Amino acid sequence: MKNPLDSLWGTVISGLVLTVVLYFLARAMMGG
Amino acid sequence: MMTWDFIHYGLGRWLHILSGVMWIGLLYYFNFVQVDALKKAAADTPPTGAGITKHVAPLALFYFRWAAVATWVMGAFLLGDKFDEAFLFREHAYVPIGIGAWLGTIMLFNVWVLIWPNQQKILGLKPASDEEKAKARRVAFLASRTNTMLSIPMIFFMSSSALFHRGLFAG
Repeated sequence: MKNPLDSLWGTVISGLVLTVVLYFLARAMMGG
Repeated sequence: MMTWDFIHYGLGRWLHILSGVMWIGLLYYFNFVQVDALKKAAADTPPTGAGITKHVAPLALFYFRWAAVATWVMGAFLLGDKFDEAFLFREHAYVPIGIGAWLGTIMLFNVWVLIWPNQQKILGLKPASDEEKAKARRVAFLASRTNTMLSIPMIFFMSSSALFHRGLFAG
């Protein structure tokens, strides 16, 4: 599989996906 | 007369954002502009990227790495006695800013441990063989791209941590 960080838009999309994942992680950590 | 709170939360936040704009602005310059420009310059006959490598990149890297330090230090100053609450996620209210602070810390590590030492080899500021330069180029590139990726959630958590106090974060 190609590393998404090799492409600029792969990097941006990875960042957006990570934002969503961390948002739900934060909510879980805050008990809700 | 300036109160301590104004210095802490007013001037502190202002300097944190000023240095953060310089850090992330230069990070985006490297990733959105310079990487592609240098690739195109290398394909020219004769190659035309020497001026960027000689005059632009070292200066941009100087402000980039020191703005990263200033951003982190001013962020730590802003957290003040809540530093450990944020980094250790001890209070619910500090979870969003804690995640942002961890992302910023990982990014600072990448700047000083992975990007800068390898860029010194790439730019010829430190002696390196062609093989070492090729390896340095890949490590610095991936660390820079990792920071671009991490900057997206980092800025979300920095800018949205205030939402928690309005009861908006968790919806």
